[in-house]
Amino acid sequence: MNALSLHGLSKVYDNGVEALKGIDLQVEQGDFFALLGPNGAGKTTAIGIVTSLINKTAGSVEIFGHDLDRETEKAKSCIGLVPQEVNFNQFEKVFEILTNQAGFYGLPLKLASKRAESHLRDLQLWDKRDEIARNLSGGMKRRLMIARALVHRPPLLILDEPTAGVDIEIRRSMWEFMRKINSEGTTIILTTHYLEEAESLCRNIAIIDAGTIIEHDRMSRLLRRLSMETFVLDVERALPEVVSIDGYVTRRVDSHTLEVDKPQDRNVNEIFELLSKKGIRAGSMRNKASRLEELFMNMVDNKMTERQ
Amino acid sequence: MINRNHVVALQTIVAREFRRVRRIWIQTIVPPAITMTLYFIIFGNLIGKRIGEMDGFTYMQFIAPGLIMMSIISNSYGNVVSSFFGSRFGKYVEEMLVSPMPNYIMLIGYMAGGLIRGVTVGILVALIALFFTDLRLEHPWIMLSIVALTSMVFSLAGFVNAIYAKNFDGISIIPTFVLTPLTYLGGVFYSISLLPEFWQTVSRANPILYMVNAFRYGILGVSDIQIQTAYIIIIAFVIGLFIFNLHLLRRGVGLRP
Ligand SMILES: Nc1ncnc2c1ncn2[C@@H]1O[C@H](COP(=O)(O)OP(=O)(O)OP(=O)(O)O)[C@@H](O)[C@H]1O
Ligand SMILES: [Mg+2]
Repeated sequence: MNALSLHGLSKVYDNGVEALKGIDLQVEQGDFFALLGPNGAGKTTAIGIVTSLINKTAGSVEIFGHDLDRETEKAKSCIGLVPQEVNFNQFEKVFEILTNQAGFYGLPLKLASKRAESHLRDLQLWDKRDEIARNLSGGMKRRLMIARALVHRPPLLILDEPTAGVDIEIRRSMWEFMRKINSEGTTIILTTHYLEEAESLCRNIAIIDAGTIIEHDRMSRLLRRLSMETFVLDVERALPEVVSIDGYVTRRVDSHTLEVDKPQDRNVNEIFELLSKKGIRAGSMRNKASRLEELFMNMVDNKMTERQ
Repeated sequence: MINRNHVVALQTIVAREFRRVRRIWIQTIVPPAITMTLYFIIFGNLIGKRIGEMDGFTYMQFIAPGLIMMSIISNSYGNVVSSFFGSRFGKYVEEMLVSPMPNYIMLIGYMAGGLIRGVTVGILVALIALFFTDLRLEHPWIMLSIVALTSMVFSLAGFVNAIYAKNFDGISIIPTFVLTPLTYLGGVFYSISLLPEFWQTVSRANPILYMVNAFRYGILGVSDIQIQTAYIIIIAFVIGLFIFNLHLLRRGVGLRP
């Protein structure tokens, strides 16, 4: 069963920006899923459509099999959202924020209060329950939003950059918390700029760039591919129809061009040796930069500037 | 169609609106009390004595229902427009938008908030009026139903305003340039029978005239207009505005980009 399933989802904002260009995405129940992408890629837009905060232009959204347009109430009650920006009433008390949200989902006050207590304790906010929300620190506000998203026990939790601007220690404890609720059965989708974060938490990943999903894979496979370098070889004599070298993935581009993927722990010389054994001589060789790599370089750059 | 979850959601909004009115009572309850006290002293007492009778009542008695109605109108409107605009401005309207609560529940919740504040202030102003004069209650059911319906109309109108407002100026333009003039010209301070024929006809295009007069009829038993006409007009406004708001909510105007 898919917790979330998007078909041909697209969004053109009123100002003409095409934020999503017909994306398809499936997230399985129980998954811990990362939606990774640079600034302006369309992550928040996609999440906004799924959570009824943004009108879609085309496409469809299903949540645990419930179509968002046709079975709106059922679909909506399956989701908890931690938005990218603070969106609670800053003048309300912490405890009230939780019980109100629970009330909107139909939880009677008594049950809501019990849930609020347990979530506030889990997220180390119980001491702050009577505080006016405005007086919380940034990290506390974020945890408050996590508690609020969970108050109706949604099977799908969506977090839009939950750890942005949060110090290392709190980030680690938030990771722990997310792992815990995921292991208890909650499907989690999170967006992030940090590959490191996705890597340490998520099993599956989609990468979105300029409104298009450019990768959708298991985390482990993606990391293996990332650590791979691709070389393009121009060979002197025409290649046979099928070229294979032991231990390497190769692609015959045309009669005189061959691509070889090289894992990080192997040596280029080995490739040449293996090829010459087969009578193939390379005239020149260059490194092929993949879109994926570029993207990650960019994201890494962003991260560096953010940290400075 | 309405289930238990919806009832809980509605209670939640109403309770939250109630707490809001209570929390900022200095802004919500005190100002109308002060303004209306001044109206009673200046217009009712000082100037009213020289005016003499109007429709067979002292001037104080004549304007008291109008002033009560004026407070109900502006406070119902003001409560919804500032509360709902505030939730858009502070983004916490999203708490409601992500939830499965249907739009009409949200709308009824805010309308109830407007009723709570409008009626609270109305009662307070009525109590103040009783310091200055005595008011009978000729038709209590008419009085009550007109209060409730009028408060609904302006709560719903405030909701429309809150949806379209782009900033804090946007929530004061309509009250200043539309609501206040229409209220003053709606027969709060005079009987339209004092006006020349032409201006009487023009006045009849003002919906507030019907509300003020129907309410005055409930208290004093006199009115410039037919009570049935008043009900028809007011109920038409309630229904029309309710449907219009539902349409805006469904489209997500001002709420969902
Ligand atoms: N309300 C809006 N009106 C017009 N354009 C918008 C609106 N919201 C977002 N956009 C545009 O849509 C594109 C996608 O934005 P979105 O917020 O979805 O990106 P994102 O992946 O969440 O980025 P970030 O990592 O910075 O949060 C951007 O070009 C952005 O400028
Ligand atoms: Mg974003």
